[in-house]
Formats: sequence, structure tokens, C-alpha cells
Amino acid sequence: MSQIRIMVNGQAKQLANETSLLGLLQALDLDPRLVVVEHNRRIVRRGELGSTALADGDAVEVVHFVGGG
Amino acid sequence: MTTAVAAPVDPPFAIAGRTFRSRLMVGTGKYRDHATMVEAIEASGAEIVTVAVRRVDLDRRNEQGILYHLDPRRFFLLANTAGCYSADDAVRYARLAREAGFNEFIKLEVIGDPETLLPDTEGLLAAARTLVKEGFQVLAYTNDDLVTALRLEDAGCAAVMPLASPIGSGLGLLNPYTVRLIKRRLSVPVIVDAGVGTASDACVTMEQGVDGILMNTALAEARDPVLMARAMRLAVDAGRAAFLAGRMARREVAVPSSPTTGLLG
Repeated sequence: MSQIRIMVNGQAKQLANETSLLGLLQALDLDPRLVVVEHNRRIVRRGELGSTALADGDAVEVVHFVGGG
Repeated sequence: MTTAVAAPVDPPFAIAGRTFRSRLMVGTGKYRDHATMVEAIEASGAEIVTVAVRRVDLDRRNEQGILYHLDPRRFFLLANTAGCYSADDAVRYARLAREAGFNEFIKLEVIGDPETLLPDTEGLLAAARTLVKEGFQVLAYTNDDLVTALRLEDAGCAAVMPLASPIGSGLGLLNPYTVRLIKRRLSVPVIVDAGVGTASDACVTMEQGVDGILMNTALAEARDPVLMARAMRLAVDAGRAAFLAGRMARREVAVPSSPTTGLLG
């Protein structure tokens, strides 16, 4: 399979097989230092983003800090 | 000759062993623009600044993130779990916030009712116990209820944050008695969170002897947030000083301030 379908922040995305989480952030133009990534409900440390590969059906949440009280 | 009046001795304000200069903490939500927010925070003198954890909007990119506008080296970022309606959700948000890498502090909110945003105290206690076990310094947003406050302290919370009135209501301190009681009975810092609407509310709240106040809407929704931030800073200082000074007794009858002797015959 050359393409995988994953969910990122509730949106369906089509990606090349074996894309890493770091690759996903780069594709989304997001700075890995300013976001936190949850992969299938497990938090992935920044240092492990490059070595964590995505698979078909994965769910990813990318969060950051916004204004709040 | 003038003599300088010695300022009352105020013990340093510390949460979980970390000392802070300002007893005023501010939120970063609902400002009309980022420049006003930053200027208001500067004017407030606050060191602790709260932020929320949310999904990155994939269509709008980075600039929406608060760290593009607020220098995290200048402020102590206190992440919250606002918007969470269960202990599990709050724990999930807290873990994500910690992974951002700033500190172990979390302002824990578990909301039980969407109209009043009053806390779900059962969920709050459950989440607090889990997070304390995981090494978080938990600052728990709660009702002005003594028993819940005591249980949160027992659970190992670093601070307990009773409300003055519901979040964003601006109704001021509705129950000074319960807030005073909580402060008297707890050993951990008591920080009033939510409900302060204007400077007099902040002053009266600090006069109860609490350790600090956290506010957001009172600044963000003021006509002039920067000026209101300055007013709040002065009010918090005034209320703290008045508490330390110790107010006069209340009397039901008048007592003249001028001599009752030497009146004309």
C-alpha cells in the first residue's frame, strides 16, 4: 500500500506510506517545538517524532497553547 | 521631617516551593487582539499567566498559537484544562500541556454544568489524585465549599482555587465568609479564581486574606483592558495591605472622631 488514510485533528488526510509524525508536521507546516502530538491517544515526545511511523487508520492530535483563563 | 512608613511584612507568596512577586495572576483569553493582551498583562504586573490547550487549526497555521505573541521566558505559563467535563479528559489535557515542556503546574478544571461552568467536584477530586500521583503540581479550580477544598488539599494539590462567582460572570465575591473560612482552614495557598469584575471586587477578595487572585474576563472585556489591568494591580496590593493592616471593628453605633470635650458653652 503506497498511501495511508489517517485522521489529524478530526480531518481525514491521505499520506504516503511510512510518513513519520515529524514528516506529517512538516507537511502541515507546523513547528515541532511549538506543538504537542498525540498518536492513537499516546503522547509522542519531540525526540521520537521522526522515528514514529504512521499507519493506515491512525488518529493524530496536534495541540498547542492558545489564549485562555 | 517626614518618616517613611514601613510596609507591613508580607510573607513571600509561594506555590509548591516556587516564589512569585505578584499575587495577581491573569488569563490570556478573549482579548480583542494580541497586542492589547500583552500590554494588559504587562500593566497587571502578573508573572503567572494562564493558557489553554487546543487543537491546532490546520487551516490557519501557527500564528494562532499564544507563544507567537507571549514570550514564555518572561512569564510563568500555567496551562489549564478548561473545557473538560470529565476527569479523564482533564488528565489527558494536563499530560499534553506538560509535554509542551514549560513546567509541572496545571490549573485543573473539571466542569460539571455548561450554563454555570461550576465544577464537577467528584471528577475534580479524581483527576487531582491521578495528576498528583504523576508528579503534577495541581492548582484546583473549585467551588467555595470548605469540604471539597479540604479534600483537594488532602489529595496533594499545590493550591486550591475557589471561585468568587461563576467564570466570566463579573459578579464579584459572592460569599466572603466561605472564602475566608477556606483560607483559614487550609495550609496550601488559596487563590480565588473567577468572577472578579472590577477593582473593588479584587480588593474585597484580597481583604479576606487569600493568597492571590486569578482573573481574565475582567481585563479582557473592560473598555480599556490596559487601564483595568493597572487598576487590578493596585486593588490587589491595596486589599493585601488592608488585610495585613487589620481592619477596625464594625460597630452598630457612631463613635465620634473629634473630641467630645472642649466644646463651646
